[in-house]
Amino acid sequence: MHDLNTYLFVAAILFSFGVFGVMTRRNGIAILMSVELILNAANINFIAFSRFGGMNLDGHVFALLVIVLAAAEAAVALAIIINIYNNMNTINIDEASSMKE
Amino acid sequence: MDNIFISYSLFILFLPLAAFVIQILVGKRLPRQGDWVSVGAIFITLILSIAMFVAMLLGDNPDFRQEASFTWLDMGAFSIQLGFLVDNITVIMLVVVALISTCTHVFSLKYLEGDIRYSRYFAYLGLFTFSMYGIVLANNLVSMYMSWELVGVSSYLLIGHWFEKDTAADAAKKAFLTNRVGDIGFFIGIMLIYTAIGSFAFSDIFDGVATGMLSGTTLTLAGVGLFIGAMAKSSQFPLHIWLPDAMEGPTPVSALMHAATMVAAGVYLAVRLFPLFTPEALLVIAYVGGFTALFAATIAITQNDIKKVLAYSTVSQLGYMILAVGTGVYTAAFFHLLTHAMFKANLFYGSGSVIHSMHHALHEKRDHETDAQDMRNMGGFKEKMPITYWSMLVSTLAIAGVPLFSGFLSKDAILAGTLSFAQHHPEHFLLPVFGFGAAAITAFYMFRMMFMTFHGEPQMPELIDDIHESPKEMTGPLVLLGTLSVAIWYTLPHFNPISTHESWFTSLVQPVTAVVPGNLTAHAIEEGAHHAHNLAMGLSIGVAALGIGLAVLMYLKKVLSAETWGKRAGFMYDWSLNKYYFDENYDKYLYQPTIRLAKKIAWIDWELYDKYFINGFGHVTAWASRVTGKFDYDVIDQILVDGTGRITEIIGSRLKKIQTGKLQNYLLYVTAGVIVLMIIQSF
Repeated sequence: MHDLNTYLFVAAILFSFGVFGVMTRRNGIAILMSVELILNAANINFIAFSRFGGMNLDGHVFALLVIVLAAAEAAVALAIIINIYNNMNTINIDEASSMKE
Repeated sequence: MDNIFISYSLFILFLPLAAFVIQILVGKRLPRQGDWVSVGAIFITLILSIAMFVAMLLGDNPDFRQEASFTWLDMGAFSIQLGFLVDNITVIMLVVVALISTCTHVFSLKYLEGDIRYSRYFAYLGLFTFSMYGIVLANNLVSMYMSWELVGVSSYLLIGHWFEKDTAADAAKKAFLTNRVGDIGFFIGIMLIYTAIGSFAFSDIFDGVATGMLSGTTLTLAGVGLFIGAMAKSSQFPLHIWLPDAMEGPTPVSALMHAATMVAAGVYLAVRLFPLFTPEALLVIAYVGGFTALFAATIAITQNDIKKVLAYSTVSQLGYMILAVGTGVYTAAFFHLLTHAMFKANLFYGSGSVIHSMHHALHEKRDHETDAQDMRNMGGFKEKMPITYWSMLVSTLAIAGVPLFSGFLSKDAILAGTLSFAQHHPEHFLLPVFGFGAAAITAFYMFRMMFMTFHGEPQMPELIDDIHESPKEMTGPLVLLGTLSVAIWYTLPHFNPISTHESWFTSLVQPVTAVVPGNLTAHAIEEGAHHAHNLAMGLSIGVAALGIGLAVLMYLKKVLSAETWGKRAGFMYDWSLNKYYFDENYDKYLYQPTIRLAKKIAWIDWELYDKYFINGFGHVTAWASRVTGKFDYDVIDQILVDGTGRITEIIGSRLKKIQTGKLQNYLLYVTAGVIVLMIIQSF
């Protein structure tokens, strides 16, 4: 458990799940949740590299920033999704597209 | 003092041009159709030239000479200078042109009254006067040639003033084309001189000839070339045919151009260029002039149209002047030009006055068939038109060479020169024979004209009550020029009715020696003429008396019957009446063959050149263009241009499918791309 690769492996799996979710889900909120997964995968990498790369607390600071940013992002994105729901009665992103040919 | 002459000349030259421009642009809209613009402009030039004349008389310097020139064209080694030359000859000629032109303008006010192209007529008169001043003032051959052509054009326009008449339109064309023949000779002469000497200015040319830059046959050819130009303009045999026809123009125009000034341009040219003529060229000139003098006089005898008589008389008198140039007494030629301008213009005005009156009378009688110019319809006008009669009589006495009148002095000078020439060269005895013969005949036909017009019984008695003296606009010039036909004006400051010795003219216009070796010196010519003077005077009075006497017997006393003598003369009478069939023979042997030749050439041009060469070219070009057109369409358009488009379309239609508009698809592509890159990286 004191091996960098283990952390990177976990982060990679988490990232892949996130990307998969973003690509496949039709539900706006599910996509948001997948984005959170990607961000957290990045956080794990930050901390892992910080811990094993000898960079003191730099990675932690970044991780905290990312968490704050993710919270702000979630707030804005949820507001957008609520607005989409109010206007279009759906949160399915395929149906919400109005930029078709 | 110096510059005054040049600046006056500028005004004199350009005022008539300004009048022409104003008249042609706005003449019709001005009050009185703008005739006062033209008359005013010409009158100012008359005043200016008289001022120059007076200054010249006061200066009394035979070598007086002012020149001014500027560069007109500059093309490296080749440059053309234009400029003015003012000397005594120029000033005298300016006064002649200005005076006759002013008289013509004034005369035309009434003669052309009510004409449909009244303002245009005055415009053309202005153009003509401008061009004539241009010839007179030129100091080089280029200026002279340009003005020369302009004179030809204005002559064409004025002869054809009544172009609705076919005869007038034809006469205008004939005058123009005949003058072109002479212009070609003139141009060849100019080119020969320029090639040898490299300058167009008279002074350079004389210097060049004096130093032998141009000599021998080339110089003779150049001289003859220039003389051919003078021949056409001065209506010398065999290019005389246009002048009698030119009488189709209005009579004041005939007086101005075809009697006094334009036709004198040829003589003026010969006088100006006298120093460069070789003895051979002068001989050609003398024979052409002498023959023309006699030949035209014999035609004038039998003509019945009053203007035709005067026309042939003009040709004959111009022949005199040319004869004088040829025999070396060119100052006498210029003197005769001066006196002839006065009395011949006057005779034309007189004939115009008569014709005007005849027209008026015929109009009253509603007679539009009778020829108003035919002397056989006149007779007995003396009492009705006294001013016209007396002024014409003075001029007739002058042209006949009667002492106390101007023509006697100048004709005498010419005949003395000719006689002296024949004394130097006895083999050329024909020249004085031409001269004296023509003098006798001139006296005869001029009095014949006077008697037929003014004396005897009226030939159409029904008209005589309607014949009236012309208005004062017309009699004014008559009286003025009649007065100037008296000898005394030309012998001042002395009064000597038989000789111009020591007169203002001889002291101001002194002959210069020709620069060509082989010619007699001016001194020798003058000496000879002086010696021959008394003999010439006796002979010329004799022949004039003979001619006048014969005319009196035939046409006044009617002792001799003109008809019987005409019959007795047989074929000679017919030849003279029909002008030696010149027009007919020119038509038969010159015009018709030329037209036939032109038709043959036209046939060759059309049948061979056009059909095979030009059209062949067309066919080849059309075929080639079809081939290239096919290539253009099939290869360039179809394959290259359309092909590019089609390929783009295919690729586009394929590629557009990956643009789904779904964000997640794009993300898939990005991810796939990253994975591919990573796989490539890992190898």
